[in-house]
Amino acid sequence: MRPSSPATRWALVLLVALAAAPVLSALAGQMFYVFLLTKMMILALAAVSLNWILGYGNMPSFGHAGFLGIGAYTVAILSVRAAETQGGWLASTFVQLPLAAFFAAIAALVIGAVSLRTRGVYFIMITLAFGQMLFSLGEALEPYGGDDGMNLPLYATIGSADLSSGPVLYYLVLGLLVLALAGSHSLMQSPFGAVIRGAKSNETRLEALGVPVYRYRLAAFALAGAVCGLAGALLANQGGYVSPALAAWTHSAELVVIVMLGGAGTLFGPLFGALAVIGLEEVLSQYTEHWRIIFGPLLILVVLANRGGLSGLFRVRNNV
Amino acid sequence: MTLVLEQALNGVQLGVLLFLLAAGLTLVFGIMNFVNLAHGSLYMIGAYFAATFIPWSGSFIVGALLALAAAAAVGMAMEILIFRRLYHRDHLDQVLATFGLILFFNELVLMVWGPAGMTISVPTWLAGQVTVIPDVPYPAYRLAVLVAGLAAAAFLYVLVSRTRTGMRIRAGASDRKMAEALGVNIRLLFTGIAGLGAALAALAGLLAAPLRSVHAGMGEDILVLAFVVVVIGGIGSIRGAFVAALGVGLIDTIGRAFLPRTLDAILSDPIADAVAPALSTTLIYLTMVVVLAIRPRGLFPAPGL
Repeated sequence: MRPSSPATRWALVLLVALAAAPVLSALAGQMFYVFLLTKMMILALAAVSLNWILGYGNMPSFGHAGFLGIGAYTVAILSVRAAETQGGWLASTFVQLPLAAFFAAIAALVIGAVSLRTRGVYFIMITLAFGQMLFSLGEALEPYGGDDGMNLPLYATIGSADLSSGPVLYYLVLGLLVLALAGSHSLMQSPFGAVIRGAKSNETRLEALGVPVYRYRLAAFALAGAVCGLAGALLANQGGYVSPALAAWTHSAELVVIVMLGGAGTLFGPLFGALAVIGLEEVLSQYTEHWRIIFGPLLILVVLANRGGLSGLFRVRNNV
Repeated sequence: MTLVLEQALNGVQLGVLLFLLAAGLTLVFGIMNFVNLAHGSLYMIGAYFAATFIPWSGSFIVGALLALAAAAAVGMAMEILIFRRLYHRDHLDQVLATFGLILFFNELVLMVWGPAGMTISVPTWLAGQVTVIPDVPYPAYRLAVLVAGLAAAAFLYVLVSRTRTGMRIRAGASDRKMAEALGVNIRLLFTGIAGLGAALAALAGLLAAPLRSVHAGMGEDILVLAFVVVVIGGIGSIRGAFVAALGVGLIDTIGRAFLPRTLDAILSDPIADAVAPALSTTLIYLTMVVVLAIRPRGLFPAPGL
């Protein structure tokens, strides 16, 4: 990725604008946008992790939202325990987020170990089924609301504040998103990233060179799961609510849409994608509550046009 | 024992519905190499069409036939407008475009039929009970679903393996170019297969409608089960889909009915109460994992895929 490419410049402008957004919305008295942008950035974080496996690694997972679910339910369970026991440390953000990532990573390790034995359509369908399995597990968790989900009794604390505060959560999410993007950049430039990207273009050749591709892919899958679990933990605190719907396969498909729309396998694609999807949803729903009737066909048109997502749009403009 | 048999009948009945869905999925994938996520939407549309046409025509059979024809037309329109342009593309693109179709159809159904959902009542001539197993009355409608599903499976088997059209379908699946060179109209054939798959999905939807409810998004949950069936059976294999559908139907139904009690007998109460619901809902996914661990390409891998 050349530092001066138009996509990069737009992304940096966007990140600076995001950093200034809460101040501007406070001045304008429109704190709703802070809430909306927080959600957008959390989805972007989840999409960044999906991009590692789907975009760079050609592992089209359709169960990625399952890890959002694991992260969110980790937070819910810890929050219930913290409320019961008055155990202050269980409510700490610095306990909840790492644990959410840890459990999601463990699940991803198990799911990846089975799924990565397969390729192509089988991989799509198996990850879909695993995601749905996590969804049904959420439905079976009767003490935590069953299929209705539940409200968090306590928000995660950070110092003397907690994540129910819009700006605190906002800057935490922004910080983690920037970290993830920076990590994304260095990860894909590293030898590890070279294997992941190389396996996308020619797996057989890498195998012949003696690279244990399966293990690298599994590591990438687990890492992506961990970061998505983190996003799930943030999402739970953003809405103050968890439900199995977080893990539903349609939610996984929305993450895939974000990655593909932004441009799979590009550094800032997930950010553009999340902004486009949340933005479109917001704009279209101003006109009609049935905004999906427009969004669906729009998605089909984007696929038919086949331009490699929004990042590809920048590239095309650059070439012309 | 009679309870086990009754649950087994329920399991076969679920299996038959899953087969109707999985057959269309696997046919479209095996022959056109196309992944259609919107297959569940056709299941939903079939149910909505039936819920509209049955009261309108005053007859369950006439209404159901009209619904099947309408759903087949929708399936063919989807093939002509969208699928056709994506055959040579990556599976991920196909999945994404058909996900767009799901969003469209779910919303369309909400706009046309409203958010409340619909019901189809069991026709009066099937409202009673029948005795298949001595001393166990079984709802006639459930038995009719089972028979209708098996009849559709038999029809599909004869169509694909015993007729000239079936020969063309198989030729198109194994070598598209060669079949085309020999004068098979592949475009027409593919449109026809999309229509057939749509009608099968719609049949599953309208048969299930009196037993479940008709609502937007009803296709999404069952679609995943159909995927599990297709994966276990081997993508592209109709025979595999049949075996896997019955297996999944039986395992799911019997698991949900008997697993909690069995665990109660083995484990202490609190553990059994915690484990049973989770285990019984995930049983079919665990089955899939075990099958794939032993046979990564499913039970009956279709040749050439």
